[in-house]
Order: sequence, then C-alpha cells, then structure tokens
Amino acid sequence: MSAATELTRAWANGAGFVREVERLSGQKVASCYQCGKCTAGCPMAADMDVAPRQILRFLQLGLQEEALNNSTIWLCASCMTCVARCPREVDLPRIMDALRQIAVRRGRVKERRVYLFHRLFLAGVRRGGRLDELRLVLGYNLRSGQLFKDAAKAPALFLKGKIRVLPEKTSGAAEVQQIFARWEARKP
Amino acid sequence: MKRIGVFICWCGSNIAGTVDVEKVAEAARSMPGVVYATDYKYTCSEPGQQMIKDAIREQHLTGVVIGSCSPRMHEKTFRKTVESAGLNPYLLEVANLREHCSWVHPREEATTRKAIDLVRAAVAKVARNHPLHQGHIPVEKRALVIGGGIAGIQAALDIAESGYETVLVEREPSIGGRMAQLDKTFPTLDCSACILTPKMVDVSRHDKVTLLTYSEVEKVEGYIGNFTVTVRRKAAYVDHSKCTGCGLCMEKCPAKKIPSEFEMSLGRRTAIYRPFPQAVPNKPVIDREHCLKFKTGKCGVCAHFCPRGAIDYEQQDQRVTLHVGAIVVATGYDLFDPALYSEYGYGRYPDVITGLHFERLVNSSGPTGGHIVRPSDHKEPKNVVFIQCVGSRDEAKGVSYCSKICCMYTAKHAILLAEHVPGAHPYVFYMDVRTAGKGYEEFYKRATEEFGATYIRGRVSKVYPRGDKLVVRGEDTLLGKPVEIEADLVVLANAVVARHDAAEVARSVGFSYDGHHFFTEAHPKLAPVETNTAGVFLAGVCQGPKDIPETVAQASAAAAKVVALFSKDQMATNPMTAQVDPACCAGCMLCEPVCPYHAIRPETIQERVGGKAISRQVASVNEGLCQGCGACTAACRTGCIDLKGYTHQQILAEVEALCL
Repeated sequence: MSAATELTRAWANGAGFVREVERLSGQKVASCYQCGKCTAGCPMAADMDVAPRQILRFLQLGLQEEALNNSTIWLCASCMTCVARCPREVDLPRIMDALRQIAVRRGRVKERRVYLFHRLFLAGVRRGGRLDELRLVLGYNLRSGQLFKDAAKAPALFLKGKIRVLPEKTSGAAEVQQIFARWEARKP
Repeated sequence: MKRIGVFICWCGSNIAGTVDVEKVAEAARSMPGVVYATDYKYTCSEPGQQMIKDAIREQHLTGVVIGSCSPRMHEKTFRKTVESAGLNPYLLEVANLREHCSWVHPREEATTRKAIDLVRAAVAKVARNHPLHQGHIPVEKRALVIGGGIAGIQAALDIAESGYETVLVEREPSIGGRMAQLDKTFPTLDCSACILTPKMVDVSRHDKVTLLTYSEVEKVEGYIGNFTVTVRRKAAYVDHSKCTGCGLCMEKCPAKKIPSEFEMSLGRRTAIYRPFPQAVPNKPVIDREHCLKFKTGKCGVCAHFCPRGAIDYEQQDQRVTLHVGAIVVATGYDLFDPALYSEYGYGRYPDVITGLHFERLVNSSGPTGGHIVRPSDHKEPKNVVFIQCVGSRDEAKGVSYCSKICCMYTAKHAILLAEHVPGAHPYVFYMDVRTAGKGYEEFYKRATEEFGATYIRGRVSKVYPRGDKLVVRGEDTLLGKPVEIEADLVVLANAVVARHDAAEVARSVGFSYDGHHFFTEAHPKLAPVETNTAGVFLAGVCQGPKDIPETVAQASAAAAKVVALFSKDQMATNPMTAQVDPACCAGCMLCEPVCPYHAIRPETIQERVGGKAISRQVASVNEGLCQGCGACTAACRTGCIDLKGYTHQQILAEVEALCL
C-alpha cells in the first residue's frame, strides 16, 4: 500500500512529456473524461496489458513510465473504432502513434515484433513504391524467428492471386521515395 | 326520504381489473336509500361527471356515493360536480375502491366483497350527511418573509412589486445571507456581490417593504390570511434612526481582534461592527459579548466619538407584533462541520479549509484582498487539493443526500485558483461530477481543459503533514492505484445541512420538516413551494440543497402563491370544523390542551336552570383556527363535541354497515 504514486512529482517530471505527446498527436489529454467507450469497442483490448482508456489516464497524471512501458501502444491497430465512438473527439490512435514515436526514440520498444513489422512494411513501400506482401511476410517471419508461421496458407493465397511472386511495379516509385526523403530531412 | 345515487368507477383497469364493478353496482341497488346505481369506465372524465349531474337531476338524488380512487385525488372534483347539479357539495361521499381495495388485494371474490362493504359504509354515512356551508374570512394583505438571503430578498421584492406590504425579517445585522459571502457565481463567473447588492438596496428602499434586521421571529399564531407574528428586535445599542453609518465608531473601537463571522474567522472585526462593507442597512451593532463597555464598564469610546449621539448602551430588546396573511420561510442553511472527519485534519491543520473559507480568500474585499494564501504562513499555494463530498453521500458519518452545489463550486474554485495563481495546479477528488444545469457541464469541461484541473475519482482517506506540506492520500479508482499529493492547501467541500435551529423554526411557525430538518413541501412535484400549513410557503435551501438560480426561481414561485392569495378579499374556510353542543358541555376544558391549533377557548354562557339565571363555562371553537382534525371529539368526556361532516352518528353508521 505504501507504493502510492505522488502526483505533484509525477506531474513535475511528466508534464513536458505529456506536452510532447500532445504536440505530436494534436490531441488534448484533458479532453478525455474516462468513460471507457474506446476500450469497450477496441478489438484488440482483450490482448492488451492496459486498457486504451488507461493510457489516457496515465497521460492526464503525467505518468510517463506507465504510458510508454506497455504493449497496448504497440497492439493498437489504428482501426479507428475508438475515434468513431469517442464522445470527446479524442483521436486515440494518434496518441498511440505519438507514444510509439517517443518509445522508439528512447529505445523503449516493448513489442519488438510489432516494431519490426512496422519497419519492414515501410521499407517495402519505400523500395517499390507499393507494398510487396510476399517479401513482407517472408522477411517478417525470418527476422522474427518463426519461419514456418502461416506457411500452410501460402498455396491457397497463391492460387487465389492474393500474393504475387514478383513485386508489383508502380510508375510513381520515384515520387514515393521522395516522400520518404522529405520526411527524413524534416525529422528532428 | 333519502334518495341516494351510487356510481362505481372502473378507473380503467385499476379497479375493474380486480373488482367486479358490475356486481358492486348491482349490490348497491339493494342498499337502504339507494335509488340509482351504475358503473362507468372513467367517472372523473367529462362525460362521467355529466352522467352524475344528469342522474342527480333525473333521479332527484339527495346524496351521492362515488366508489373510485382516494378522496385525496378527486373528492374536490366530485364536490364541484354535485354542486353544479344543485346539490350541496358535502352530500357526497367517496368510497376508496382503489388505494384501499383493488390496488392492495388480488383479483378474487373477497376483493369484490370488500368493495361492496366499503360502498355500504359510504351509503350509510351519506344518509346522515347534512348540507354544510363554507364560511368566509378576511385576508390580511401583508406578507412576512423570514430570512434575508437571496431567497427572502427575491420573494419580498416580488410580493412588494405586486403592490402588497411585505415585512422582511433577518436575524443578522445585515441582509445578504450566504450569497454575500461568495466571490464569483458559476457558471458565468459573475461577481456575486455585483448582482446581489443592487437587490439588497432595492429591497431596503422599496416603499412596500419593511426591513427588520437583527430580529428574530419568536411566535406565530393564527391561520392563513390571519397570522399574528411576534418579532424580537435585538438591541443593537445603536439608535439606527440617528446613525448615519459614518463608521467613526468602528474606527475608534479598541476591541479590534474579534474573529469576523462573515470572513469565516480569516479576518477580524471590532466590537461595534457591520458584517461587511456593503451591509444593508449600513449601520453598526454592538456585539455585547466582546464590547469592553459591557464587559468592564470602562470604555464608551464609540459613544464619545459618535457625532450623532446614536450610541445607546441602555437599549433593550423590543417585541413587535405583526398581522400578516401569508408567510414565506427562507431561512437558508448551515454547513456540515468537517472536523467530524478527523482523517482530513480540519481544525488541526490551519491549511485545511472549507469552500466558504476559499470564497473569502479569493474575494477582493476579503481579508487578504483577493490574494489566495495559506492561512498558516501566508504563502501562495501552488498545489491545491479540493476534496468533494465531505459529509455528503455518506450515511456513516455525514448525510445520505447529495449537496448538489459542491461539484459546481469546486470546479469554480479550480478555475479561480488557476486564474489567480500563475502555475497553480488544482487537484479535485470526487465521487461523481454532477453538473445538471444550463451551461454547467461546459463549465466543468473548461476547468479541466482550459485551466488544467486534474480530477481524481476517489475519496481521500487521510491528510497528514510532511514538512510544510500536507500529504493527501486517496485512490485513483480509474487508475486502480493509491495516489498521494503533496499539497500546499486543502479545500473541503462540506455538505449543505439544515440550519441548526430549523426544527425550532418549523415548530414555531407550524409546518413539517424531514429527517434532515429540511422543510417539507406539500407535494414534491406539484406543490413544491407550499407547506402542509395553508398560507406558509418555502423558498431556498431551507427546503433542500439548491443553487442560486433555483433558489431565485423558487422564491419567485412562493411570491406568486402569496400574491394569488392576496388577490382575493376573502377566503373560503373549510366547513368541516368541530362544533360544541353547549347544552351538554360540562366546561371541563379537557379539549383545550389537545387542540393543536389553539382553536378552543372557554366561554361563559347564561342559562336559566329551574327558573334561576346562572352563568357557566363551556368550550367554544374558533372556526377560523379549527382545521377539523377531530382530536377534541375524542377527548370530550361527555361526547358533546362533534366534527361537522364526521359526526359520531355518521362514523358509527359506517362502522355498523361494515361490521353488522
């Protein structure tokens, strides 16, 4: 019971962090009144270690350790169900995104596979200007050490034309690469 | 020859669903004196009433029995119905077949039998009814308003504006009440004094209003339209007819360190004082308990300096008798003593204060000139914890109800703190945030979004010092973890409670109050400003917690009721009063003390007994005061008092019809 969180210190330490999350996400954490509708509708909530609502509560109190060190921010699939339902118009996936950015910057990634997936996804798009699903799946399974995961599904996917052997070409590949370059130049 | 008509109402399925109404009507046809009986789906409807009127005329009825809902519901309606058909309205009896029968019994044979019995009793009674006639009493068109807070001021102004004399009685040296102590008002943040003081001045200058401050109502006698009220005007030891309110006496008074009640003891006052600078009337009174002249006999400085010779140490309390026709009770509220929660440390730690203390601290005419500082060291607080529901919604230590105003004033305090102290952080511990009112939820949202108030759901369990800070411990139930806050200042939102002497006031004026000593309205929905005593109305928090807009609305509603009463020159009285038969009254006067309305007095009558003229004492009933309760008829040893409409003969006839 003695492990009570002292809130004035939590806020003194965490206020800057919260402002950074607000800047990156464009959201105000005080807007949330903790009704829990986001969590109630979240398709991933059952697999999360803390409820999406609680992420906002951590931020309202300036509890940065709790806000960053959880799998929830990585399991959020940005499906936008919570945004569609939130009575206070809080864009929670944007906040999750901001938290992931800060977690990466600080080397505090709790779900490394999810982060790997994100990186491979973007690298593939950057390379060819369009998602190359086969290489994404192969690369992800290889690097996450689960080589034969989903292998049984491959023949059916090939037969139905859902996965192609050769990457698709797109005429705008060069422009896509420019987008990546511009974004990287803008990074702090 | 009696000709009685019986009408059995179905009340839709309310009665007919359980009672065989046709069988009841059939049975009624063979009861003594009944010449007509029928049943109808909704007797209270327009065609239902027409049916009764037609039957009265066609059957030449001399009495009517209606088997329907409770007489509390529609007796008045049906009395008007029979009256409009030319029958005396008191030749009607209502047999309660709904509340007393169909609603409380199952659908079976016995229920119908009971309904028939109830109708038989009513028929037996109505056969012995006599026509009764309402009397008329004059109405004294002057109102008394008790309590000079915003409720009393508003009610007095509204009645006076309608052209009727109004006497406003206030216990304190100034009107203004609680609202005068507040800084800003939610949700608009209007300055409380700015909107209140003009009304205080208006009411004091109104030619129809007599203001009696520093006065208390001691006794109320009489009845609607004719109350006699005794008011004690406390000795101010200052002749207010001479005093100009120059204030020299207060400047010179040597007893300067008396804790000011108005400033919640955060400020000091002198022994000769007015509660606050905008007081109305703006004239001082002497606090005898602290005055050196009264304590030691030496001093007299105020009398020495008063340029008008207004100081009068010999002044005595005076009693004033008023005759009024209606009374508005607006006596306000007290606040729950938070010292009962020893875990919050109120009274032990000077930096644990209440919401009303905070109002004075933030007020620019308050003891700190509007600078929010800690009472202990006068430093500006940064982290301030507000604890809601201190006493409210706590049946163990406090009161069961929600005090209604604390959520909103705490949000206001959070905003005022953030506005007054740059960098301050308000923390609010709450159970639920209740913001039912126009613009209220939006106001609360501003407190959190614009002013950065952190709301924590949970009750605080403990406040204790650490260095010069106060550690506030609670659980954030949304976080699911215990939390603590090192606070500079703790503000308690203590519950609104009835005035400590509310029960006494209710008893002396003569109306009822609830378990919390809030005054009881006549009906929670349809008669919210009336009491169960005719002519006495309620306004403001004395009836139950409410905020300023609601208080003002209720005060105007009470005023409207008073004005409606005064719009008539005479009032009809209830003819069902007690009646003494002087021929057999022994004059024992046992009836006198049992009468709750003081309606019975001894009277001397002249008689001739055996050829000799003698005079003897008998009881006599004042029909204006008598409310028809019947207590005297039970107390009378000789059976010489009867209640008109409920005579012994009538009641016994009913019992006989039921039991034999």
